Amino acid sequence: MKVGLFIPCYVDQFYPNAGIATYKLLVKLGVDVTYPVGQTCCGQPMANSGFAHLTTDCDRLFVDNFAGFDYIVSPSGSCVLHIKDHLHSEEEADKALGIRKKIYELVEFLVDILKVGNLHASFPHKVGLHQSCHGQRGLMLTQMTELVAPYFSKPGQLLAQVKGLELVELSRADECCGFGGTFCVVEEAISSKMGKDRINDHLLHGAEYITGSDMSCLMHMEGILKRADSKVKVLHIAEILNAE
Amino acid sequence: MEAAVKTHPGLSEIFNEDENRVDWHDETLWWIRQKRDKSAHSIPEWEQLRETASGIKNNVLSNLAAYLISFEKNALANGVIVHWAADAAEHNHIVHTILHKHGIKEMVKSKSMLTEECHLNEYLEHHGIGVIDSDLGERIVQLAKEPPSHIVLPCIHKKKEEIGDLFHEHLGVPAGTSDPQILTEAARQHLRETFLTRKAALTGVNFAIAETGEFVVCTNEGNADMGVHLAYVHIASMGMEKIIPERQHLGVFLRLLARSATGQPVTTYSSHFKRPRPGQEIHLIIVDNGRSIQMGREDFRASLKCIRCGACMNTCPVYRRSGGHSYHYAISGPIGAILAPNLDMKKYADLPFASTLCGSCSNVCPVKIDIHQQLYKWRQVIVKEGYADTSKKIGMQLMTFTLSSPLVFRTAGKAGRWFLKHAPFAVNNKLNPWFKHREMPEAPAESFGEWYKKQERNKKL
Repeated sequence: MKVGLFIPCYVDQFYPNAGIATYKLLVKLGVDVTYPVGQTCCGQPMANSGFAHLTTDCDRLFVDNFAGFDYIVSPSGSCVLHIKDHLHSEEEADKALGIRKKIYELVEFLVDILKVGNLHASFPHKVGLHQSCHGQRGLMLTQMTELVAPYFSKPGQLLAQVKGLELVELSRADECCGFGGTFCVVEEAISSKMGKDRINDHLLHGAEYITGSDMSCLMHMEGILKRADSKVKVLHIAEILNAE
Repeated sequence: MEAAVKTHPGLSEIFNEDENRVDWHDETLWWIRQKRDKSAHSIPEWEQLRETASGIKNNVLSNLAAYLISFEKNALANGVIVHWAADAAEHNHIVHTILHKHGIKEMVKSKSMLTEECHLNEYLEHHGIGVIDSDLGERIVQLAKEPPSHIVLPCIHKKKEEIGDLFHEHLGVPAGTSDPQILTEAARQHLRETFLTRKAALTGVNFAIAETGEFVVCTNEGNADMGVHLAYVHIASMGMEKIIPERQHLGVFLRLLARSATGQPVTTYSSHFKRPRPGQEIHLIIVDNGRSIQMGREDFRASLKCIRCGACMNTCPVYRRSGGHSYHYAISGPIGAILAPNLDMKKYADLPFASTLCGSCSNVCPVKIDIHQQLYKWRQVIVKEGYADTSKKIGMQLMTFTLSSPLVFRTAGKAGRWFLKHAPFAVNNKLNPWFKHREMPEAPAESFGEWYKKQERNKKL
């Protein structure tokens, strides 16, 4: 099984530790993983802002870099969802479609493909899980609170395998944090207010760390936490699942 | 209000100046979302019910012309006078003509968002006809000279103390009254007089049944009935998409509507209107007002499945914190944001962007409209039609250029990290909206790509 590692552009630039933890975790689990160095971005920042017509070159680059793998794995629900829903190529339609079917967000890859049952990880802290919307409602990592359907949680299943970790309950289990890509600057007032409210839910329930499978949401919340001089930290879920 | 401020971000910023009010607004609507959840969870087949409703509405949209014709035929046979209005102006003109014919100078109104969409009140007042909104919430915003901020809970943005002030000014209750019981009673007494003296009543239409030619109005306060039963002229305004094929389909929608809206099992009144009483006239106005155009937009036609329950507003984390007026359109929230651009793409270009695309709206929608996907698609249309502002356009082109080439991306990254210069969350100054309430992320010593290459080299050694 050859796995291509897709590290989103902003993770590459700002949160390399999330990428490193993802890589090391996959290696530890015996996966043959490669990071194609010619990759840049999935094109989502443009597309969600209404500029999907400008993503042709990003799409082509993505197909060139990843078409040859059995699976593509990425530590970002949002970017994976974008590729799954929107990657297309006029010249190499089959390859693009193939990628859309074999790309996985890290948590769903660990649970659905590797079927990980014992992680050998330890993180003795109180942790709040932020369910990022695109992973939650797009990739269905956890049952959505709006639906009348049986409960499950893929990230919950993995975090339960981490020794010493205490997952805190939240009042609003899957409310959006307000990052939303360019929404975070275009709608600055609402975006910050949403972030503040989301953080307060975690703080009220005693979280020492806020984790999740999308660094973008965590970056937004980290910005607000730091402004408030809070001791609470954000960590990508890969960093917790890889902690020993 | 100045035109420049009248965009969703601008109006939201004003709403957010009072954080306590935002918290109160958010909590109030979240409470309704929770009531909806509880109610939905009491129906094991809830998701199947949504699927059924969605299927019925898809069928209606695919065969709308035929259903409308059969509805009209049956309504006419029942003795209802049917009018067709191509747009808001025609609708308003029809209402005025009917009232003028009967020499009516005052009308009572209940349960109609369509007349808000058509700005009927202003039009009639301009022609010397007084309109009294009889539903409590509608009456409150009417007294405050404001539009409704929510399609089901029109005055949800007002605190009871503010309502007390309004009633003190307009209905003469003692100053400082804020007890909901006393305020409601004052409104009842005031409206009773209105009901007894008005000769015409206008209502909306929740469902129009093609099979029987009857229409159904769902209310909690019973004001639609009160108005209609005492009036000689009943005018009912309906959007042409309100059709359902058969009476048996009503059960599906009535089970979904109130549960989705407020968490009630059913609205207090589901009133069926079929034929006029002796001496009474029922006028039914079937309104297009842009709906045909929306029908022709393949990506957006499903928005016409909407049954106006307001669940998407109650669940929307943006709506709860920006208030309904921030959408500057008769129908606010996520559903308004996909309906409004159809009518005026330039004026409402901001609305599809007033969302994080979190998807909660689509999940609560009782007729399964893909609301958040339509928001995404409207963004593409609005940009292509040239309604994106220039600064955003240049930024996006620069971003595309950089992200389209690994070499430019890495070079830019190395030169002090390209992102530090261009990512919106990375510029540390007061002009940057990110920085207003958030610290920027710290730039690490090396990127993931640099780390990876280093460890690959080490592996080979």
